[in-house]
Amino acid sequence: MDRRRFLTTTALGLAAGASGTFPMPHLARAQAAPIRIGLLAPLTGVVAAGGREMVDGFNMFWEENKSEVAGRKIEVVVEDDGSNPDVSLQKARRLVEQGKVDMLFGNLLANTGLAVANYVKGTGTPYFIPIIAADDLTQRQRIPNVIRVAGYTASQTTRPLADWALKQGYKKIATVSQDYTFGHEQCGGFAQRFTEGGGQIVGQFWHPLNTADFSPYLGQLANAGADAVFAMETGADATRFMQQYANFGLKGRIPLLGAMNMTDQSVIRTMGAEVDGIVSCAHFAEGSDNAVTRAFVQRHTDKYQKMPSLYGFSMYSGAMWVAEALKTIGGRTDDRALLLETVLKTELTGSPLGRPVKLDSFGNPVYDLYIRKVQRGSDGKFWNVPIETFPNYSQFGPYNPAEYMKQPPYSRTFQGIQR
Amino acid sequence: MSRDLASVPAGAGPTGPSAVALTPARIIAIAIAGLALVCVPYLLPNYYVSIATQVLIFAVLAMSIDILAGYTGRTPLGHGAIFGTATYVTIYWSTTLGGSPWTGMLIGVAAATTVAAIFALLAIRTSGVYFLLLTLALGMIVWGVCLRWTSVTGGENGIRGSVRPMFIATHSAFYYLVLAAVAAITFVMWRFVNSPFGLTLRGIKDSESRMRSLGYNVPLHLFIAFTVSGFFAGIAGAIYAMFNSFVSPSTVALTQSVAGLLMAITGGIGTLFGSFVGAAAIISLENFVSSYTERWLSILGLMFVLIMVFAPEGIVGRIRMILARSKG
Repeated sequence: MDRRRFLTTTALGLAAGASGTFPMPHLARAQAAPIRIGLLAPLTGVVAAGGREMVDGFNMFWEENKSEVAGRKIEVVVEDDGSNPDVSLQKARRLVEQGKVDMLFGNLLANTGLAVANYVKGTGTPYFIPIIAADDLTQRQRIPNVIRVAGYTASQTTRPLADWALKQGYKKIATVSQDYTFGHEQCGGFAQRFTEGGGQIVGQFWHPLNTADFSPYLGQLANAGADAVFAMETGADATRFMQQYANFGLKGRIPLLGAMNMTDQSVIRTMGAEVDGIVSCAHFAEGSDNAVTRAFVQRHTDKYQKMPSLYGFSMYSGAMWVAEALKTIGGRTDDRALLLETVLKTELTGSPLGRPVKLDSFGNPVYDLYIRKVQRGSDGKFWNVPIETFPNYSQFGPYNPAEYMKQPPYSRTFQGIQR
Repeated sequence: MSRDLASVPAGAGPTGPSAVALTPARIIAIAIAGLALVCVPYLLPNYYVSIATQVLIFAVLAMSIDILAGYTGRTPLGHGAIFGTATYVTIYWSTTLGGSPWTGMLIGVAAATTVAAIFALLAIRTSGVYFLLLTLALGMIVWGVCLRWTSVTGGENGIRGSVRPMFIATHSAFYYLVLAAVAAITFVMWRFVNSPFGLTLRGIKDSESRMRSLGYNVPLHLFIAFTVSGFFAGIAGAIYAMFNSFVSPSTVALTQSVAGLLMAITGGIGTLFGSFVGAAAIISLENFVSSYTERWLSILGLMFVLIMVFAPEGIVGRIRMILARSKG
């Protein structure tokens, strides 16, 4: 009994200790005090692999810069958002209210990012979202302290792909996508642009996340009479879709176009010939012959033994963007308005893209977008190689922002299709 | 006859004197706990006040589960969905429709109670593992609806908006409001489980056939118990809407039901107040351990294993046993 009683009391003591207080000493806001950055990343849950690459990319930048900017040390506090919006919200509260961070970075899934964005709307904490692509965060529901440094809006990069597809002479395209907002927006950007250019969407197929068997969709795609297929898939769905597309004998018969996530390094680095030749559009292409991009890919490969994914690239560049702004204002983080304004005005010249990038007035980057093709590199590994460039392309593409935002956000029912 | 039943040790293990009696020791314990809860905003930094608020809200969810699991002998796995229904309705009413959050909460609780009544009609015919699985399946239906009915629920992205009125915008003001509400709810629940009706539920837990042969309408009692339990889970969900200002399918997901049940079990099934201890233990561990290691889920799992091995009657249940033994 004594042992049991001991264990019970120990457990109780531990529980009491855990729920007790550990107040943070109030840090004097002197210029020499470190800048605290809260990084929210999914280290557990469905997208944990991507979360790991986010943290790696972010750390890589700070390690290369000795964790210092404008004479102030940088302290990165990483919190696991569990791929879950409620947990994200909880952790964001913790970082802001208890961790006293000067700014937040991160999140991967749109629902986690939207939850945190809604929270910082009330606190005014600067929140940088290099991965969250939800259109409305930099459009209809813009929050001034949320800036998409080094990120992109979902529908931004699929529009040039539609232009490119029209140029190839494709008249009819079928789309297949994961059935959630990120997919609706990417497909919407593509479908609207493609039909405005005279093309026809002959079918749209939406499947739930984590679909194991694509055969029902592949059968319909094969018989849709399409000149090409546009697919929007992420993670394990992307791997399975491309494998089954090849297994069904559709590869080589109907050209496959994809959203950038489908042929991202995080997906294709473990895959074989089934990914060869798939075309997508993105701001970053690890197979670019730009010297700066080459050097970045090399450094990342040396450090982590794998080529950078969009997650790693975006977090690295996002960190660089904010660091540049901090340099301009001498590391002052106490004046949030000044920081945000400076970040918005900062034109990033040293990013791994190897060309200058600026933000539009909504806090979303304007890029030279690449049409990329998956090809085998010199070392036999597949990567995305740019084949054409659409320069200076904003989230509104060819549209007038005010006019564009009058149309409803993309959804399963609204895809902007012109008939 | 209800006295006789009351003296049958209810819940897990001996509970000493009748649970209704307010012995001096109990009054002192309740007073100390109450005083400690009132002092929280003075003792803890802001962030912990919001954690304490969350503990109170989830304690209500855990107590509502305890009504079924601890007092009626039916362990539900669908209460997260009932809880979340109230959250969804409250936020939808006050954000999308632009109504008053208080009205929203009332409608939310009504909606949750309706969902609970429907669940009850389907589930009370079963018991044991079948009851567990049936409530789990019903909860999954609610989750599926929230995920797919994008035009109303916002799908995966959920619904956002600030629900909390200005006068309780600060953490401590909101905490006191929640504390007052939870104190009242706890009293009502305590009266409920110790009422003649509650004693009948315990009778059903101990022997359904005996209660039936004594002339009790067992299905009706189960139906009312489930609906009342769902009503309380709905209140917790409506308060949670105000706390979180955000709802997504993860609020109605299975993990939420499991979390509520684990809190009730950790604190002690059939102890009602144990839910507070369980909720505090689990929520603070989640928040504390996760900043040290990303393997916090493993530590949480280990904790549950240890509790099940060394204190299967839960923390409060175990303390009661120790107290009873040291007296006897």
